[in-house]
Amino acid sequence: MYGRGVVNPSFRQRTAYHAMLLGGMAMITSALIVIGNKQTYADIELRHAEDMKRSLSQVIHPDMYTNNLLDDVIQLSIGNETKNVYVARSGDKVVAVAFEMVSEGYAGPITVMIGINRKGELLGARVLSHAETPGLGDKIEAEKSNWIFSFGGLSLSSPGESQWKVKKDGGYFDQFTGATITPRAVIKAIKTGLEIFKINQSVLLAETQPQTPEIIDTPGTQKATPNTKATPDINAVPNATGTSPGEPQSGTEKSVTDGGKTSG
Amino acid sequence: MANQYKQIVREGVWDNNVVFSQMLALCPLLAVTGTATNGLGMGIATTAVLMASNFIVSVSRGMITPEVRIPVFVLLIASIVTLVDMFMNAYLHELYKVLGLFIPLIVTNCAILGRAESFAFRQPMPASVLDGLMMGVGFTLALVILGATREVLGSGTLFANASLMFGEVFSIIEFTIIPDYSGFLLMILPPGAFIALGFILAGKRVIDAKTVKNETNELPVLDNDIAIDTAK
Repeated sequence: MYGRGVVNPSFRQRTAYHAMLLGGMAMITSALIVIGNKQTYADIELRHAEDMKRSLSQVIHPDMYTNNLLDDVIQLSIGNETKNVYVARSGDKVVAVAFEMVSEGYAGPITVMIGINRKGELLGARVLSHAETPGLGDKIEAEKSNWIFSFGGLSLSSPGESQWKVKKDGGYFDQFTGATITPRAVIKAIKTGLEIFKINQSVLLAETQPQTPEIIDTPGTQKATPNTKATPDINAVPNATGTSPGEPQSGTEKSVTDGGKTSG
Repeated sequence: MANQYKQIVREGVWDNNVVFSQMLALCPLLAVTGTATNGLGMGIATTAVLMASNFIVSVSRGMITPEVRIPVFVLLIASIVTLVDMFMNAYLHELYKVLGLFIPLIVTNCAILGRAESFAFRQPMPASVLDGLMMGVGFTLALVILGATREVLGSGTLFANASLMFGEVFSIIEFTIIPDYSGFLLMILPPGAFIALGFILAGKRVIDAKTVKNETNELPVLDNDIAIDTAK
């Protein structure tokens, strides 16, 4: 191998050349990665925001709120971790919150996004990611089975706190043939989520300053009246029961939406 | 020259196929081939990395000394994979979410380092890029065949969700082979990948054995020195 030194100039044989070569390569490739990162960073962020928006819209119907959920985040500290809670507002009143819960399933963590309305009732729950057995545990996905829809409209008082278990454990919820651990984990995640909401209710539902100052300019009637009407209707669970948000206030809601959009 | 290129194509796609002959890259092969679509996506990503790494290695082979070639190759391949990973995350996000962990793991695909070391480091640039392309095509072929076998047997569809991952145009390649199929779970799970791969490898051996017999009957003397080089 060193015989090539006779043909090639000897500088290629020196340790310094090897070190320079490796160092130079490392510099060039790092520079390329930095450029690549700069190029893609914004797009990747956008994709993540889109993903988050899509999963949020599955648990809180987009007609229910007028703000941008992704910008309206309350950080709750639970134990030693912080949880991002997305707050849905109509005008400046909180109509619902959504957040992710993680629990340990049969084959790894299961991430569940849950939406809860002011009264502590579930608007919907969706499994965002899991590694459960295909064909058995994956019935927790909305695409595979309608099991996850059965949570719509439930709360800690209905079916009752002790009933938040699979039927096998004497609870309210169906398990799947051949998979009990998976639904158990999902039920636990959702129940814990409802408990977190209950404990932090006052913080989450507090009427803070609206995001965009322009909304303050909208007439008071739009802020006050439609929202009080809106509350009973948000029990309607999108996709699950098939009911859509009530007709009467949809007009007023829309006008608020428009106001929000032009301001944003 | 043309003969050499023909040889490269033949080697990459069939005779020296990454999976069927070299038995490399089995980890991503077995892990992502639950559907033909996933296999195709993984194959395309790997092909891109192979071509880029062969290109760079071949172009800079005069500069790289044999003593430090392996760390330099690893550095180059790792950087290319990182770039592919970022660009797929940004522009082929649905596919990226499915392949997920296996994109960064292309780094560990020994086929790529193997081609850099055994081909691109010794050959001119055009031949190296073609070799990368053809090895990639061969790998993609293996992934798609295995993915399609498992998908048809396991869930009764073919190229499901292709439009979701590659764009609307690809909805024409989505098929439902067996309607109202309840599914055959084993084929979707990892053991199904091993079983299907075993049958595919056996099938390749059978085909090779038959062609060798035919070739020896018709062409007793090989006049192509490249063919002799590769111990045909």
